Amino acid sequence: MISLEESILQGDRLALARLLTQVENDTDDGRAALDALFPHTGKAHLIGITGAPGTGKSSLVNQLALHFRREGKRVAIVAIDPSSPFTGGAVLGDRVRMKDLSGDNGVFIRSMASRGSIGGLAQATANVVQVFDAAGYEIIMIETVGAGQSEVDIAKLAHTTLVVEAPGLGDDIQAIKAGILEIADIMVVNKADRPGAESTEKALKSMLELAHPTQRVFAHHGKYMSAALPIETETNIWIPLIQRTIATDGKGINELAHQIAKHREHLIVSGDWTIRARARLESELDAALQSALMDRFRERVSEDQFNKVMDQVLERSLSPLEAVNMLMNGSLK
Amino acid sequence: MLDKKIRVLVAKPGLDGHDRGAKVVARALRDSGMEVIYTGLRQTPEMIAEAALQEDVDVVGLSILSGAHMALAPRIMDLLKANGQTNVKVFIGGIVPDEDIPRLMEMGITGVYGPGASTEDIVKDIKNAVK
Ligand code: B12
Ligand SMILES: Nc1nc2c(ncn2[C@@H]2O[C@H](COP(=O)(O)OP(=O)(O)OP(=O)(O)O)[C@@H](O)[C@H]2O)c(=O)[nH]1
Ligand SMILES: [Mg+2]
Repeated sequence: MISLEESILQGDRLALARLLTQVENDTDDGRAALDALFPHTGKAHLIGITGAPGTGKSSLVNQLALHFRREGKRVAIVAIDPSSPFTGGAVLGDRVRMKDLSGDNGVFIRSMASRGSIGGLAQATANVVQVFDAAGYEIIMIETVGAGQSEVDIAKLAHTTLVVEAPGLGDDIQAIKAGILEIADIMVVNKADRPGAESTEKALKSMLELAHPTQRVFAHHGKYMSAALPIETETNIWIPLIQRTIATDGKGINELAHQIAKHREHLIVSGDWTIRARARLESELDAALQSALMDRFRERVSEDQFNKVMDQVLERSLSPLEAVNMLMNGSLK
Repeated sequence: MLDKKIRVLVAKPGLDGHDRGAKVVARALRDSGMEVIYTGLRQTPEMIAEAALQEDVDVVGLSILSGAHMALAPRIMDLLKANGQTNVKVFIGGIVPDEDIPRLMEMGITGVYGPGASTEDIVKDIKNAVK
């Protein structure tokens, strides 16, 4: 019998779908397969698509996928929708706008619910993307509703982040969120057929002009490391582009795809591609290290010992820091 | 390891535009904690089988009010089987004459529901079927 990883590498779609479930559920089998597939990853171009509900993200993903297919690239799509915080259930409806992609073996669409924790979603998404990457999908698009942390997490994961705006959602500058410049590599003004597209674009432009091109900052062992580059030449600083599109009929999609390709080129020429890969893997390693150390600690210190120390902290006879020292040094009674 | 969620594909095959029932059922399943992938209207059997595969669902729910269930259901069952998804449970809702139900069950359909079916029963039956 051939292994799960081998089936994935050979293009078995059912095996791929099942592994995605294992990985999403963070099972032991899923983890083992991720380890085995890791050497085959790092090749895909990850494109994040975020923005307010209903701006046309799924419709854009549909059009972009058609474009990349015409270029002969294999395309995977991860479409994330929120889970209900009360019941844990979800209705995942992004496929409704991606009907044009059915019947093509070069496309694989997977819907994902955000489930519980924010950090958990980021890791699960990264793992799902890793499986697609190993399976040979050259373009991986990740759609998420723009909302606080999840948006930032996806921007960290993706090489190129598209922020989608649309007129008619309160199309003045206030409506456009302040954080957008920090995550957007390309701003898309979709629904350009609708009145107000021009003023949305103007609002974005004036925000861009106000802002100075910022350097990307990455966490490095808790310290911040900026991706400082020797000289600020044109190749080093990426100024977000603005593109108008009509996702329902494909206008502006060729141009948008061209900008995406240009951004990829920029990442490679400027060295940002490698810097980002390093920063992302480092934070993954950090997180894994923390949980492994935690596990090891739990093995050494019993629940009982921990609670005893905790009681002393509660009585304020020990400070939290003294307690940690005691637990770590094994100087427990 | 996280809880295993029940994943359900809710699809409307054929040219049938009645989508209220499908939406009502999708919401009820969500409210019971399931993850529902909703495909929208006008799905061919091929599109449904493909989505079921990519999404690795436990259940496929078909909503058919057009009267075409006897043509659509066997085709979808065959495609699911051909894809290796033999353990996926298939449920049908909509307008299905009583006399068709035994033949649908013979094809391997797990449950059939008509107008006024209680969504609580549907949730319960799906949970039982995937256990
Ligand atoms: C509302 C309605 C419409 C609306 C639809 C609006 C919409 N967006 O959904 C409109 C006015 C557009 C319409 C149009 C037509 N309709 Co009409 N319509 C109805 C009506 C009155 C109610 C359907 C409904 O929404 N019920 C409410 C929902 C909640 O119930 P439900 O769909 O049955 O769902 C329940 C169960 O069936 C089940 N269920 C449903 N789906 C699923 C899926 C899963 C996975 C599961 C587990 C369970 C499940 O659970 C639900 C909850 O109880 C029915 C008559 C009836 N009593 O059913 C006729 C009816 C369905 N329509 C009919 C017809 C003929 C038409 C037209 C062809 C009329 C025409 N000549 O133009 C058009 C076709 C439109 C099209 N493009 O397909 C016929 C169908 C006859 C048949 N199949 O033999 C019916 C039965 C009326 C009749 N007695 O003749 N219709
Ligand atoms: N007029 C017009 N409508 C559009 C355009 N792009 C998308 N739409 C419509 O806008 C609605 C929402 O489109 P989606 O692609 O589902 O938007 P989304 O951002 O993915 O939505 P969520 O995933 O729910 O946040 C649909 O009815 C689309 O048909 C466009 O360029 N012009
Ligand atoms: Mg969407």
